[in-house]
Amino acid sequence: MSIKLKNVSYTYSQKTPFAFEALKNVSLNINDHSFLALIGETGSGKSTLVQHLNGLLLPTSGEVQVNNFLLSIENGKRKYVDLNKPQGKKYHKKQFNIKDLRKYAGLVFQFPEYQLFEETVLKDICFGPKNFGASEEEAETMARQAIELVGLDESYLSRSPFELSGGEKRRVAIAGIIALNPSVLILDEPTAGLDPQGEREMMELFKRIYDSGKSVILVTHNMDIVLKYVDEVIVMKDGHLLTQTTPLKLFQDEKFLANTAIEPPFVFKVAKELIDNGLNIDLGKIKDISSLVGEIGRVKHE
Amino acid sequence: MEEKIAVELKNISFGYSQDITNIDDISFKVKRGEYLTLIGHNGSGKSTIARLITGLLLQRSGDINILGETMTDDNVLRLRKNIGIIFQNPDNQFIGSSVRDDIAFGLENDCVAEDRMEAIVDEYSQKVGMKNFLDKEPTNLSGGQKQRVAIAGALARHPQILIMDESTSMLDPKGKRGILDLIHRIKKEDENLTIISITHDIQEAYDSDHVIVIASGKKILDGTPDEVFNNSQRMIDLKLDIPFFKKLNIELENKGLAKYKSNSLESLVNKLCR
Repeated sequence: MSIKLKNVSYTYSQKTPFAFEALKNVSLNINDHSFLALIGETGSGKSTLVQHLNGLLLPTSGEVQVNNFLLSIENGKRKYVDLNKPQGKKYHKKQFNIKDLRKYAGLVFQFPEYQLFEETVLKDICFGPKNFGASEEEAETMARQAIELVGLDESYLSRSPFELSGGEKRRVAIAGIIALNPSVLILDEPTAGLDPQGEREMMELFKRIYDSGKSVILVTHNMDIVLKYVDEVIVMKDGHLLTQTTPLKLFQDEKFLANTAIEPPFVFKVAKELIDNGLNIDLGKIKDISSLVGEIGRVKHE
Repeated sequence: MEEKIAVELKNISFGYSQDITNIDDISFKVKRGEYLTLIGHNGSGKSTIARLITGLLLQRSGDINILGETMTDDNVLRLRKNIGIIFQNPDNQFIGSSVRDDIAFGLENDCVAEDRMEAIVDEYSQKVGMKNFLDKEPTNLSGGQKQRVAIAGALARHPQILIMDESTSMLDPKGKRGILDLIHRIKKEDENLTIISITHDIQEAYDSDHVIVIASGKKILDGTPDEVFNNSQRMIDLKLDIPFFKKLNIELENKGLAKYKSNSLESLVNKLCR
């Protein structure tokens, strides 16, 4: 199973003077077990797109399918079809509870730390699992696992989320979603505002989650992250999907990049310059400074 | 001649609760017209310092001077008028129902005449590249666009001190450069404007006049960008980023490739390819 969008358009504040079409006829396929980045300029529709993946926004037109959950609009009415259920002639308006989709595809917003609200970190992380039917005890177990996964120790559980730093709050908020154990983890600019080490630890966490068999989809402006971690990249512009490709192909396509605001990471440019000047390194191996130095070592020691 | 000081912290300590010390005896001076960048790991106390300077938090001990006056309960509101702040998250500072209203909000508080207001709103929305969005609802803007509007709103009031609390961290690279160019341009036009920017952007720190490094509530380094960034290993130990070639050279050395160490792309190409 996978994620499929078919001709999805979305207009904010429809039928008002503020109407704004943020997504325009977007179609895409994301396979199971993908590590994918959504990139594009500010206002290109990335955040709008990811909010469709857990049913937070419903398409103004078109279809969204996430695993067995199919969301669409028919004659102006929302339609929720569970593809795992037999489709009879008699159409039931709601074949699945939207909560099931949200448990399957967990979405972490931009600045998730602003959604913390409980007295303690433990209560905050438990809120999601309990909301999805976990018992107090189960929720606590999930919270203990989640807090460790995001790189904080258990002593944080009894603290107030409001006395934590911005970066720590971010981790707590992400732990709240991870505790739900979603099959697809979607994150909107998860590393914005983190210090370099915090960013690295956060990305290593997402990589571990990906390695455990899940899909990770993230919105980012950070091309170093795109190069180093993800397998696939989708480029958005003015509400349109421009391309879905690999980071290597994207950063090599100078003609395409010229029409966007995307710049390859500096390490990629350095590697390309070295190749253009005759150094026999493999551009496909370049993920960061370490791998560049690894390649330099390989060709110089040969 | 005595240099004019925009902001001075004298032995400032602060804790969010009695048993915690988040800011530990920090002192520094920011000259008038200076572009200061405050860097440090998450939780180091950078944002707390910004809140202390604006009087939003009250220090446990020490004094804060703003434009030569020691901040007290009586003058904090007046002194704060000299300071514009752009927070990390623009959603927390939106008030108007359209971009136009939002930029005008601060001006209304300052009792700017309505006929002048329109020109000011036009000017600053143009400067941040949001003039075509004046009639849009702020809630429908993306994070980066909101941040540009917030910057316009703060600058429109002509503050003497502008504090940016990671205010470019949500912008795409092009948008970020655009805002930083804008800030530099405005600083050139008004050389008395003092900027205090809290940032993880190493390039921004490099391009500033003065860099202060904070770790665990203490001031660790204080100097020009060259003075601060020359100490690469210290910066790495503090969980901070260092410029590309400094990082590359450390890796080359570790791999026994020290002879290729370079400080620019050109010299790296020369050493490796010729």
